[in-house]
Amino acid sequence: MESIIEIEHLSKKYKLGEWQKYYTLRDALVGLSKLPFEFFKRRSKTGLSKGEFWALKNISFKVRKGEAIGIIGPNGAGKSTLLKVLSRITPPTKGVATLRGRVGSLLEVGTGFHQELTGRENIYLNGAILGMNRDEINEKFDEIVDFSGVERFLDTPMKHYSSGMYMRLAFAVAAHLDPEILIVDEVLAVGDAEFQEKCLQKMNAISKEDKRTVIFVSHNMEAVRKLCDRAILIDHGQIIKDGKVSETVDTYLKQSLKVAKESYLKRKDRWGTGQVKITDVVFKNTKGKQINNLKCGEKAEIITRLKYYDKKVKKVEFGIEINSFYDQTKIARIDSKVLRKVITQKNNPIKIRLHELPLLPGRYQFSIWVIGGDGEVYDSIPQAGVFNVEYGDFYKTGTLPEKDDGYLLLKYDIS
Amino acid sequence: MVTIIKPRKGISSLDISEIWRYRELFYIFAWRDIKVRYKQTILGVGWAILQPIFSTFIFTIFFGDLVKISSGALPYPLFVLIGLIFWGFFSGILSHASGSLIENESIVKKIYFPREILPLSTVGANLIDFAISFTLLMCIAVYLHYLPNILILLVLPLGLLIGCLGAGGMGLLLSAFNIKYRDVRYVLPFFIQMMVFMTPVIYPTTIMRPSFRYLIALNPMTGVIEAARVLFSGSANINWLELGVSAFSAVVLFVVGMIYFKSTERFFADLV
Repeated sequence: MESIIEIEHLSKKYKLGEWQKYYTLRDALVGLSKLPFEFFKRRSKTGLSKGEFWALKNISFKVRKGEAIGIIGPNGAGKSTLLKVLSRITPPTKGVATLRGRVGSLLEVGTGFHQELTGRENIYLNGAILGMNRDEINEKFDEIVDFSGVERFLDTPMKHYSSGMYMRLAFAVAAHLDPEILIVDEVLAVGDAEFQEKCLQKMNAISKEDKRTVIFVSHNMEAVRKLCDRAILIDHGQIIKDGKVSETVDTYLKQSLKVAKESYLKRKDRWGTGQVKITDVVFKNTKGKQINNLKCGEKAEIITRLKYYDKKVKKVEFGIEINSFYDQTKIARIDSKVLRKVITQKNNPIKIRLHELPLLPGRYQFSIWVIGGDGEVYDSIPQAGVFNVEYGDFYKTGTLPEKDDGYLLLKYDIS
Repeated sequence: MVTIIKPRKGISSLDISEIWRYRELFYIFAWRDIKVRYKQTILGVGWAILQPIFSTFIFTIFFGDLVKISSGALPYPLFVLIGLIFWGFFSGILSHASGSLIENESIVKKIYFPREILPLSTVGANLIDFAISFTLLMCIAVYLHYLPNILILLVLPLGLLIGCLGAGGMGLLLSAFNIKYRDVRYVLPFFIQMMVFMTPVIYPTTIMRPSFRYLIALNPMTGVIEAARVLFSGSANINWLELGVSAFSAVVLFVVGMIYFKSTERFFADLV
């Protein structure tokens, strides 16, 4: 059967910082004066000059009609860039992609929503921006409203919507877009579990029942497993693995475990000014022994070392976010700010003592960051590492909590 | 429908059939701009009437009564109001179009559509404003017993077209420039203020040397405003050459603006 999408040797080059920086005329004049010298600059063999990098490098794959493909990979791997190129938002530097069919891309839910307009008005606005015409929207209007469940607030300006309602309406419009090829970026990362499930079902219906082709980027491995038959792992802009979803997901999980073991200073998957950097994070048990597996109900310590490159930085704020490993659900957050704890250069290493670990057995992932008092991010490593939680006697009853759907253990009594 | 995505170099061609496919976006952006603008103000549509009235009042006191600028066959308030509403149409499009890409940054970054629709759709809301203030003008003209010559039915749409092309072209240019150089935001209000004086809003071109008259006719609104004034005085004696120069200038502005826009378009999503 003919492929509905053919991607051949697609590459995209970016200049470091190009998409963040804007210029003033003064910069342009300075640039102009340098122009004569640009000519003499040698390009290296990689085709890159200074400060450039390949966000995508030689990506080739084909997609058959009706296939649902998951694109997975660590942050900054190039997944979103790939979707941007396929959605024609930014052109590739090299290569060709051929898409045979109407493309609907959903890189963000609620693109173009306007706070001052009512829900009803925003359905029309958002629908039109996504490429539906008025007749189509009229035809599907009731279905959209039904799916979103915000009927009562249809004539209320969006600024009064809760974030949950906002997401519901946004996804409802997008889900009723009727493209032959649907490109979806990490939209399930938001909203509550029930709503996520509903979105996933809808996407499943689009792909399995309507035989639409879906390209789906996500960090949620469970969602990718459920929705897709095939997955592609991308890292550093290149395809690492293209195959059955279970195999690709396994490769990715193994790889992220390996990365987590790498020395923190060497890691590239971080961002921030670099004035202060995280150099080490370890978990210790009460005896001070370094461990990888924590036990639920027991005490534990998280010990983080920082390196102050900028000596002028006197105090910092520090945080850790714990997520579920498989679907990135946010579970808990440790933040020096809420404890009103000021961290100075003397607090190095920073010790966090967990009194009774209230997590169910399973695998967890954490992100970690150091920021300045003014909110400036010095160093942030998303998905910095992984730890396991083992069975433990949390309730001191001898009955161990089951590893089930939840994440948290509550302290309670029953009388 | 087959889409082929490949590297883009130089100027991307203007794809009229694609713009036609996306034509509803013109309407929806214009509709949004109108809705939002009037939702956030107490007086709403009233501003489209109050603004020219206030300006007319002030200009009449300073330039009509104090400086005593000659307003030819028309009373000064009517004379200046004609200038103001056409100029308002032009400068409205220019300033809204220039900011359009930046203000819609989140859309530009997340979804594809022909980008020129954003600056060009600002014409819509300004046409509504113009329609309101032109109605005001007609009421005042009739009240003062100045019925425009029948030729206004030709000159009005022609004048609006000239305004759209001229302001739209400059808007395309500045909106693209604005993405890369945020200086535009600071320079533009000043520039628009300066341009009021380079447009015969408060004075007639008849007070100028002939050579200078045709230079200032390069400003697209010059020919339009002057022609409208002649018609409102009841005469049909339009200076067609002046109007022609303005029309030509508007077309040139549009072409230049569009070329610059199309040659920088591919960077928009990466730069905003």
